[in-house]
Amino acid sequence: MAELIIPSLLETLYMVFFSTIFSLVLGFPLGVLLVITEKGGIWEKPAFYKILDGIINILRSFPFLILMILLFPLSRIIVGKTIGTTATIVPLSIAAAPFVARVIESSLKEVDKGVIELSLSMGATIPQIIFKVLIPEAMPSLILGITLTIINIIGYSAMAGAIGGGGLGDLAIRFGLYGFKTDIMIVSVIIIILLVQGIQFLGNKLAVMINKK
Amino acid sequence: MIKIENLSKKFETNDGEIWPVKNVNLHIKKGEIFGIIGLSGAGKSTLIRCLNRLEEPTKGKIIIDGVDITSLDKNDLRNSRKQIGMIFQHFNLLSQKTVFENIAFPLELEKMDKHIINSKVNRLLNFVELSDKKYAYPSELSGGQKQRVAIARALVNNPKVLLSDEATSALDPKTTDSILKLLNETRDEFGLTIVLITHQMEVVKDICDRVAIMENGEIIETNTALELFRNPKTKTAKTFINSLKSNIVEEEINPKDFGDKVIRLSFLGDSARKPIVSRMIKQFDIEVNILSGNINNLVNTSIGHLILGLSGDDEEIEKAIDYLNKQNVNVEVI
Ligand SMILES: Nc1ncnc2c1ncn2[C@@H]1O[C@H](COP(=O)(O)OP(=O)(O)O)[C@@H](O)[C@H]1O
Ligand SMILES: [Mg+2]
Repeated sequence: MAELIIPSLLETLYMVFFSTIFSLVLGFPLGVLLVITEKGGIWEKPAFYKILDGIINILRSFPFLILMILLFPLSRIIVGKTIGTTATIVPLSIAAAPFVARVIESSLKEVDKGVIELSLSMGATIPQIIFKVLIPEAMPSLILGITLTIINIIGYSAMAGAIGGGGLGDLAIRFGLYGFKTDIMIVSVIIIILLVQGIQFLGNKLAVMINKK
Repeated sequence: MIKIENLSKKFETNDGEIWPVKNVNLHIKKGEIFGIIGLSGAGKSTLIRCLNRLEEPTKGKIIIDGVDITSLDKNDLRNSRKQIGMIFQHFNLLSQKTVFENIAFPLELEKMDKHIINSKVNRLLNFVELSDKKYAYPSELSGGQKQRVAIARALVNNPKVLLSDEATSALDPKTTDSILKLLNETRDEFGLTIVLITHQMEVVKDICDRVAIMENGEIIETNTALELFRNPKTKTAKTFINSLKSNIVEEEINPKDFGDKVIRLSFLGDSARKPIVSRMIKQFDIEVNILSGNINNLVNTSIGHLILGLSGDDEEIEKAIDYLNKQNVNVEVI
């Protein structure tokens, strides 16, 4: 069984790792943009905010599986194939990006307005406020947000397995559900649960550890 | 140093427009500690925030050290803001940074050399007496210590002006005293001009050279702290003076209950040494009843108030009041 489980676990970790990174690369800047362009933000652009906010809402309301299927053609363009773990990273990252944008937005919004005001009163530029104030001040909350993102992506990746994405989800469905190998299905599910628990635990620990508040 | 001309500020709200600052004119001198006192909602914060354009003035002009702040573009405004330190009621410290990093923050924005940052921050840590808390985080500090860090941070850029928005309002009276003392030392040591807004008369009494009283967006009275205490003109000013703990509330005195006339004397430290009242009693044929008295310590002197009930012949009372007027005490018939 181990020779089935271990490669699948590695595939899952590989998918989750890169999807998290790429979804952060896409979603983090969007989250920052949401916060700075909203009304009362440090770079107020109400019209831009409304459009961005709308697009993110629309993307978020798509059922994940449908979004994945719609995005597979993009995988062909980017990685040259539509099947397998590498191909799954593309739709997974893009599908998770709007979620990441919201998570980052809500973390950054928790930063005390007074501190931003103070930075303005010291003559800080907008990039300085973003990188030296907003992000460092929100760091514990950002870490919890990123933890949540990783857990979400683990869930998404399991679903992606159903449409040929590889990983533990794929294994559970192919061998467990269709192949009537209940033991493999159970072990796969248990490993996914342990993964989620472990990441949540580490995320919480890290957030508490770095929080000086 | 600071000239405010016809300054007005409008906010658009859901219930229409409001003008929290209306046609304010002030002239604040270099090296002065200038207080603006008013009740909550008077528009003080909006006014002081216009000075560094955290709020954009709607009308009027602000000139600080010869620079017309109101006409600056974004870049010049940012540079000018570095000359204007600001401290706040809730300190606004960076919670994830140490005391040292908080004070160094304005210098980091300038990308200043590490060695220079070190020496500047250490000097200020010394000045605010927090050298032992260098590596502490704000959550480990008391309110007074937090405000000291904020003051050090506001000073590290060597600003010409310090704006203080209710800097002592979240502090207990003892800590308030120590912060006010620090602000006073700051003015002397750094040659700063301080604009300070507050709703506490104690603050004005303890450190302000001059005071403006703000009500409904307007400055209704401006005077030296001394003159304000000696001879408040508006009802609001009187209310503020009476708010000091040691004062009695004049409205509660019914003149009918005490003799024919009730008068309120205000006298400065010097005249308090002369036995004015006893001489008055000897010289004129009147009865004197002392209703209340107190002394307030101001920056350089103290000012006393005495409320007396006088009874006797009208003419004698008139003469007695005349006599008091000549003794450099301020007399007001209540
Ligand atoms: N951003 C804003 N938008 C609308 N109204 C405001 C805003 N800021 C302050 N006000 C209003 O302006 C008035 C003056 O407020 P403020 O300057 O904070 O007074 P103070 O500092 O004297 O208590 C208040 O009525 C307040 O509600
Ligand atoms: Mg205020």
